[in-house]
Amino acid sequence: MGYLRLLIQQLRMSILLALQYRLDFVVGALLSLIWIAAALVPLVVLFSQRSAVAGWRWHEALIVVGFFTALKGVLDGAIRPALQDVVERIRLGTLDYVLIKPADAQFLVSTTRFELFRVVDVVAGIALVVIALAYGGHWPSAAAIALCLLLLFAAALILYAIWIMVLCLAFIAVKVDNLSFLFASIYDAARWPAGIYRGVVSFVFTFVIPLAVMTTYPALALLERLSAQRTLSALATALVFALLARVAWLASIRRYTSAGG
Amino acid sequence: MSRKEKLFAMVRIGFAESLAYRGEFLIWFLTTNMPLVMMLLWMAVAKDGPVGRFGTREFAAYFLTTVVVRLLTGAWVAWQLTMEIRTGTLARRLLRPVHPFVAYACEQASALPLRALTVAPLVVIILLTLGTDLFSSELSHWVVFPLALAGALCIRLGVMMTIGSLALFWDSALSLYDAWLALFFVFSGYTIPLELFPAWIQPLVNWLPFRYMMSFPVEIVMGHLDGRQLLVAFVYQWGYALLFSVLALTIFRRGLKRYAAFGG
Repeated sequence: MGYLRLLIQQLRMSILLALQYRLDFVVGALLSLIWIAAALVPLVVLFSQRSAVAGWRWHEALIVVGFFTALKGVLDGAIRPALQDVVERIRLGTLDYVLIKPADAQFLVSTTRFELFRVVDVVAGIALVVIALAYGGHWPSAAAIALCLLLLFAAALILYAIWIMVLCLAFIAVKVDNLSFLFASIYDAARWPAGIYRGVVSFVFTFVIPLAVMTTYPALALLERLSAQRTLSALATALVFALLARVAWLASIRRYTSAGG
Repeated sequence: MSRKEKLFAMVRIGFAESLAYRGEFLIWFLTTNMPLVMMLLWMAVAKDGPVGRFGTREFAAYFLTTVVVRLLTGAWVAWQLTMEIRTGTLARRLLRPVHPFVAYACEQASALPLRALTVAPLVVIILLTLGTDLFSSELSHWVVFPLALAGALCIRLGVMMTIGSLALFWDSALSLYDAWLALFFVFSGYTIPLELFPAWIQPLVNWLPFRYMMSFPVEIVMGHLDGRQLLVAFVYQWGYALLFSVLALTIFRRGLKRYAAFGG
C-alpha cells in the first residue's frame, strides 16, 4: 500500500511539472500526432495496392500499428525518461541520494519521471485499434479483450525489463544513452505484423528481442487467433525478462561504488 | 596563414573530432534502420508479385541505397546550433574571424571521409548480394551522382541552419525540425519509393524539397531518370539549396542582433 501512495506522489510531481510547461505539452502532443500520421502513410499506400500482406489484411495490420503506437507511448512516457534520468545520476554520483531513501531503489528510479504528453500516443494507438475493429466489423469477446490486455501488460513489462538491463550497463560503461537510442530504433521493427519477417530476422525478433510477442501477439489475441501455447510462451517470456532485469539490477547495485556526488 | 590554409586547418580539426566520436557515430549508423524495416515490409509485399517496377530485389536495392544516401548526407547542425545558442557557447564561435556557418560546413565536410569509410562495407554487401544489374549502367549517371549527393547535403544543412537560427528567437525551435523530419519521412522516399504514391499526389511530391534530399540521388543510381527529368530535378535541388542558405543567413543575422549570450 505504501508503494501505491509513493507512485501517486511521484505521478503528482510529474503532473505539476507538465502543468508548468503547458506549451511544451501541447507542442509535444501535436508532434506525436504528426508522427503517427506520417507512419500511417506508407501503410495506406501499400494496402491501396494489395488486400493482404503475409496473410494480414488492412484492418488486422492496423491493430498491430495501434498497439505499437500505444506501447511506444508507454515506452517514451513512462520508461525511457526515468531511466535516462538514472544514467545521468550515475554519472554525477547523485544516485546515492536515491539509494539512501527507505524504499526499493529500483521502484524509486523507475518512477522519477513521466512525460505526460505521451498519453497522446497511448490514446491514439487505442483509437487506431478501435477504428480497425470497427472496419473489420467483428467485435472481440470479453475474454479476448482480457487476454489482449494481459499480453499488452506483458509487453510493457518486457520493454521495461530491457531498459533496466540497459541501465545496468550504465554502472559499468558510463555512456549508455546511445544504447538506449539503439534499442528504441530496434523497437521500430515491432510496428509491422511479425509474419512479414523471415529467416534470421524472424528468429531474432522472436527469441532474442521478442518484438513479435509485444505487438503481434496482442493483436492475434484480439482477433481470437492466438494459440494457448503461444499465449503461455509470451507470458513466460515476460516473466523471465522481468526476473533477469531484477537480478541484473540487484547485482549492479551491489557492486556500485558511487562517484561521490 | 592564407585563407586556404585556415580552411584546411578547420577541416583537419573536424576530421580529428569525428574520429574521437567514432563510437557515437557507429551507434548513429546502427540506428539508421528505418529504411531496413520498410525494406522488409515492402519485400514481403513484393513476394506476391511486383509493385509497379519494384520486385523484391528492386525494393532491396532501393532501400539499401537509401541507407547509403542517408548516412552520407546526415548532419547534426540543427541540434548543435540550438544547443550552442541555449548554452551560450555560440559566443565563442562569434569571436572567431569566420562565419559560424562556414565553420559548421567545414566540420561537416571533414566528417565525410569517415562517413564514406563506414558506408563502404554496406556498399560491398549490396553489390555482393544484389549484383550490379539493378543499378544504372550509364556512366553519366554515376558522374552526376556525387553532385546530387552534395545538393542533398546542402539542402539539409540549409534547413538545419535555418531552424537552428530560429532558436535565437524561440526556445523550442527544435520541435519545428521534428515536424520537418516527419514530413521528410513521408515525402522524401525514405519510407516508400515516391513513384508508388497515387498519381494525383505526384506533382506535390516533385514540388516539395524532400525528394531532392533523398529520393533524387537514389533514382539517379537506379537509372530511373532520363536526361530532361535529371536536369529539372537538379534545378529544383540547387534552387532549394540556395533558398535555404539565404534564409538561414538572413534569419541568423537578424537573430544575432537581439542575441544576448549566457556567458559561454
